[in-house]
Parts: sequence; C-alpha cells; structure tokens
Amino acid sequence: MIASITLKDGLATKGSLEAASYAVALAKAEGTEAVAVVHGPLKGDGGLGATGIAKVLHYADELQDAGQIAKLVAAAASGSSVILAHDAVGRAVAPAVAVHLNAGLVSGVTELPSSGAVRRNVFSGKAMADVEVATGKAVYTVTPNTFPVAADGGVAAVEAFQAEVGEARVKVKAFHASSADGQVPLPEAELVVSAGRGLKGPENWGIVEDLASALGATTACSRPVADIGWRPHHEHVGQTGVAIRPNLYIAAGISGAIQHLAGVNQSKVIVVINTDPEAPFFKAADYGIVGDAFEVLPKLTAAVKALEA
Amino acid sequence: MNILVCISQAPDTTSRIAFTNGDKEFDTNGVQFIVNPYDEWYALVRALELKEAGGGTVTTLTVGDASTDPVIRKALAIGADAAVRVDFKPTDSMQTARLIAAHAEGKGYDLILCGKETIDYNGSVVPGMVAALLDLPYVALGTKLEVANGVATVMREVTGGEEEVEVTLPAVVSAAKGMAEQRIPNMRGIMSARTKPLQVEAGAADAATVVRTFSLPEDKGSCKMIPADQAEELIRLLREEAKVI
Repeated sequence: MIASITLKDGLATKGSLEAASYAVALAKAEGTEAVAVVHGPLKGDGGLGATGIAKVLHYADELQDAGQIAKLVAAAASGSSVILAHDAVGRAVAPAVAVHLNAGLVSGVTELPSSGAVRRNVFSGKAMADVEVATGKAVYTVTPNTFPVAADGGVAAVEAFQAEVGEARVKVKAFHASSADGQVPLPEAELVVSAGRGLKGPENWGIVEDLASALGATTACSRPVADIGWRPHHEHVGQTGVAIRPNLYIAAGISGAIQHLAGVNQSKVIVVINTDPEAPFFKAADYGIVGDAFEVLPKLTAAVKALEA
Repeated sequence: MNILVCISQAPDTTSRIAFTNGDKEFDTNGVQFIVNPYDEWYALVRALELKEAGGGTVTTLTVGDASTDPVIRKALAIGADAAVRVDFKPTDSMQTARLIAAHAEGKGYDLILCGKETIDYNGSVVPGMVAALLDLPYVALGTKLEVANGVATVMREVTGGEEEVEVTLPAVVSAAKGMAEQRIPNMRGIMSARTKPLQVEAGAADAATVVRTFSLPEDKGSCKMIPADQAEELIRLLREEAKVI
C-alpha cells in the first residue's frame, strides 16, 4: 500500500496525514504494510510515522508538475494500490497514477472498503455509491475530514528514493495566499462560520470574523455575496464554489438554496441562523435560531469566550 | 488555435435523485438534463473567448448515446463550431477518458479544456486521465487562462490559495469557477446550431470500476430550535451534546 504525500514546510499536510492513516488501516486489513512516498525538503519522517506508516520513500527534489509527481508515485507503487488526499494535488495526480498503473480509480472515498466495495458521495452529496474496482490494483483519493488522523504509530524509516520523472512541463511562477493569517484553508477546515446576504453589506462582516476567530474557525460565504464582491471568491462554498465537510458549519443570513446545500450538506453538524422561520436551510440543519444575525452572532461570540475563559 | 472542449450532460441541480435496476442505475425518469455547468460556463465560454481573440476553432466532444444530443446542440448554440459525439454510454471515468484520448490523438488540438468535475458523479478525474493517456501536461482547477505565443498562463486553485503556472501547448486544462462567465445563447446561435456539424463516431472501452449500489443518505432528524434570546445555549449544546467545539 502506497500513500502519496504532499509536504508543507517539511511536514505532511492534514489531508496527506488522513490519506496516510487510511493507507495504514487498509494495509492492516490486507495484512501488508503502508509506505509513504514524498518529495522535496523533509523534516524527520514528516510526521508520517505517527500515523503508522512503516517507511517513507524520499525523492529529494520538490515537484510541482502533477505529471512528474504521478510518475514518481507510479514508480514507487509497482504492484501496490495507491492512496492520495482528494485535494488540489491529489485531484491532479491520481488520474495519471491510475493510467500509469492501469488501475481503477475511485475518487473522494469517505470510508474504508467493505466487502469489496468502497463508498463515495455522488450527486453533490445527495447520494452515495458503493464502487467495486475491476482491476487488481486500486487508486483511492480520500475526501478531506472524513478519515481521522491516526497518532498511535511510531517513527518511520526514511529511505532515499530515485525515479525517472521527466522534465517539469508545468512551471509555477507565483503563489497567492488566499486564507487570512492563521485560518485553516476551507477544504481542510473542521469549523466554518459562513454568512450570506442577510448580513446586508461587507462592512458588517466583523461579527462573522469575531465568532470565527473565537472558535478558531474559517470564514466562508454564499454565492451571491461572492458574486457582488462583498467577499472574495475563494470563500464561496456551494455547488460551483468549494465543497466542504467540516465538523461544524454555522450559517448566518443564508436561506439555503439547493446549490448552497450541495456544497455544505456533508457537514457533520449544521447550525442555521435566519430571521425567516420558513428559510429552507432549517430543514437541513441540526440546530436553528430564528433571529437577527446582528444580535445572535455577538452573543455566540461572547458565549464561546466565556467558555474558554 | 484549435481547442477541444469536453462536454458532459448532467441532471439539473434541482432534480430528484432516485435509483433503479436494483439501485444500480440513476433513474433518469422525469430528469431534466443540462450541460454540466463547469463544462459550459467556464470551459466552453473561455474557449470561445480565446477563439474570438486569436482565431481558430472550437470543437466539442461528448461521450454518450443519442440522448445527449440536446446538450450538444446547446453547446453549439452558445458558439462552438462543430461537435463530435462518441457513441458509447460510459459507466466509469476511465472509459470516458480513453474514448476522449482516442478521438484527440493525432488531431492536433492545441488545447483540451474540460470542466473540473461533473455535478452528478463529481469524480474530477477525466481530464487528468486524458492528459496522461496522451502524454500531455495537465493543469487542474484553473480559474484564469490566457494564451500567448503557444504558452498558456493558468491560475490554479491550490490548498490555501492560487498558483500562477505556465505550460507550453498542447496541454489539458480543467476549468473551475472564475475562468469565464456564463453566456446565454441568442436566437441566431440557436438557429445556426441546427445546421452545424455533429459528427458521430463509434467507440468502446472497458470499465475499471463498477457501481455495486447507490443509496440515499438517512434523513436528518428535525432541527433543534433555540430561542434567539438564549443564543448562548447553542454554544453549550455544541460542546456538550454535539461535541464539535
């Protein structure tokens, strides 16, 4: 079993730690061991031993072209199945790995395989599919925030690894960070506070940011709010924006159109705050408050701070 | 520049999701099919803008049976020059990718544009497979795309931000929100779409995965309402009952 890992500052990203933990659990079920393949500067074992990874194959150069990463992973995988995170890197790399290995690919899995089939969400979270892989090997990408990171392992052995990955054909020229300082990127976030047109204007977002900051949550918004420029596009969660799966999603002043629900319906707990008791979002919510976000959000912020004090 | 845009049909977002044939197939009864929004709003429209600015052709490619012809005509009405349909009903993304690659091989397309995923199976894998099968560079999740002197500059989504990347054409790019704005076809486009070429090719490929069963999530229990003047009670419930904070 091979886990394809993305490093940031020498350590595996959260999505990659989830993929590694998934690979370890799957390897255990199949009576084999899980090996991670990484590229670029590495600190220690990259935090991978703790997830139960036995060995880390380390390719020294950092690769930014998905085609090169796929060749590296395919070289490491000869004969094994491959697990990746269903993040921006995994989405680009996994299809090419599947082609190189001639393996069936199931993207966005949410559970470990059970009696020969693996579960993924389809129809934007409105249904699930149990998928069988018809080839000997499988490639899975793991949906962020669905598989817990294991921490009961030890230290992984690091081994230098060489492979023929060819020239970089996609060259990175610049990076523009979108997340505010200290915020977890939306696809990885466990807590999200989101707001919509009910906030009446971009100048009122302070109360959303205050609650998010008290909770250590990431801020998000509905599509109309991004489209009219109140909030940046990368904050838009929904069908055409980012699909998220946090443990807690708090939505204030969002009515809950079906396109919005498609991006957030996998959240474990949904809280809806809306002045309109008939807002369709309440039907998809676990907790609801009929009330004015301008009054409710500051109260919630104060209650969170009181709890932590 | 000659651009191939891969077009898939998808059920309208408001469709009722149900299954048939022992929960092995999507029940298309009464379902309104649309052009997959990522293919239409972003990939196709950006291809048309590039053609309008620099010349060339925009061809669409669909893998599907004759039931997909209406969405192909819609893509022609929006402005594509010609359409190709590979007459095969895929059940797996590897089949779709192999048939797209088989069509594109040797045709000299400078750019193959796809939506980042379809809104039904949400796989997000076909464009990457096409690139690997054709040994072309691949840029996923593009939010901006410019082409000059045979080099594409793409802004792509990455965790925590966006990256500007350069790639020499030919290449495969998948389109996310931001790459273009939706276009509504006008009457002239709709009329001319009727006479534009829609070439049907035969094709077949083996599936690498099979759906054993589809299922629907359990209904959520009813929403627990908390009075607005006791909002702090919500925080207690989130910690002690839901245990999420």
